[in-house]
Amino acid sequence: MRLFFRQTLTIALKDLRSEIRTKEALNASVSFSIVILLLFSFAFEPTSEETRLIAGGLLWMVFAFAGALILNRSFARELINDCLDALVSSPTPGSALFTGKALSNLVLLLVVELISFPVFGIFYNVPWVFQLPSLLVVMVLGTWGIVVIGTMFSAMTVNLRLRELMLPILVYPIMIPCLMAAIQCTTALLGGQALTGDAAPWLRLLIGFDIIFSILAVALSDTVLVG
Amino acid sequence: MRKQVLFVLSAIAALLLLRNLYVMLVNLPDEAQQGPIFRIIFFHVPAAWTAFLGFFVALISSVIYLVSKNMKYDALAVAVTEVGLAFGAANLVSGMIWGRQIWGIWWTWDPRLTSMLVCEMLYAGYLMLRRAIDDPTQRARISAVLSIFAFVDVPIVFFSIKWWRTQHPQPVVWGGGSMDPSYWNMLFLNWIPVILLGVVMVAIRMRQENIHREVEALRRYAHGF
Repeated sequence: MRLFFRQTLTIALKDLRSEIRTKEALNASVSFSIVILLLFSFAFEPTSEETRLIAGGLLWMVFAFAGALILNRSFARELINDCLDALVSSPTPGSALFTGKALSNLVLLLVVELISFPVFGIFYNVPWVFQLPSLLVVMVLGTWGIVVIGTMFSAMTVNLRLRELMLPILVYPIMIPCLMAAIQCTTALLGGQALTGDAAPWLRLLIGFDIIFSILAVALSDTVLVG
Repeated sequence: MRKQVLFVLSAIAALLLLRNLYVMLVNLPDEAQQGPIFRIIFFHVPAAWTAFLGFFVALISSVIYLVSKNMKYDALAVAVTEVGLAFGAANLVSGMIWGRQIWGIWWTWDPRLTSMLVCEMLYAGYLMLRRAIDDPTQRARISAVLSIFAFVDVPIVFFSIKWWRTQHPQPVVWGGGSMDPSYWNMLFLNWIPVILLGVVMVAIRMRQENIHREVEALRRYAHGF
């Protein structure tokens, strides 16, 4: 078990290190999310009171789209110099490889979210600071849902010709319950409610989704990666 | 032998369908509130049941494929998924026609409609994914995993949307409530020809898939020279 955690951590740190050195996915993802936030201002009146009611939906759309950029790169970056073959044939089991990749994607996507969230708050006049701890909980849980599905499908589509197109088509329908729960929780929090109120069942759904798909993904990761 | 069995099965399906149509249109009275359009239920509901049965069989055969690596189960999985998608589409389209008549709208974001649509999208993605992978064993492996993910997701989608919609009540709710026993009987009686049709389609499609794989293998063999 300790070996598994060490291998997972090694993979995660390796991915983060290579991302910090190139910043390919991170730069693209952050600028993409800010561009979407800009586009939203043309879709509706940016200063209206209704913005707060749809804030959760808007934010998670941004996170899901920005996430696809990071997730696309997650396994594709290993194709150069046949690194993926080397990783798969190394003593690291597929499950540790998967979990490590998922963890590094979680960190990267959270960084993107922590940058675009204040930008959203400023541009659309949505106060968020007072709910920060609860928001962070929802963000971590929702992002883990996106990342666990996304990393799995990134591994499944890595050898495909139309990889960049197939990933969003496959992952968004699967993510619907996770996104919906995260949206409901975020909207409730931005509306000044606590997580223990009306949003509590959604929080439970989010946790349930994360648990079910984490188990499924880890169980099937060897099948997908090693075969 | 195989051909004859399929022929007999389709003949039985056709005859049963004719008999059911006669009873439906001549013997059964119009439904009290909805009138003649209510008869669409005899195709709408069996189509949905058949679609879900298809997706369930796809899950089972995908799991068996992953355990046994026998390509026959991959052929079965793709065959039932395609047929399930076709029946799911029949369910959606007949439901939309029915909705247009009774609710006055083609579509509403009701949990059943939405989750059926999501379900269709997931399995359409399955077929697209298959197209994009050239290597047969890789294709079988990856699509089996997708099939498992999709099947686990569909009930969660259904309950989450149901939850969400009941928090915001809609003017349009599922009508009907209780149904006369003669209608119930007809519903199940009409499921038989629909299922038979599905079985025949799956058998044909599975054979096609097996032949397709053989052709692919021969082609690769020929390229080897």
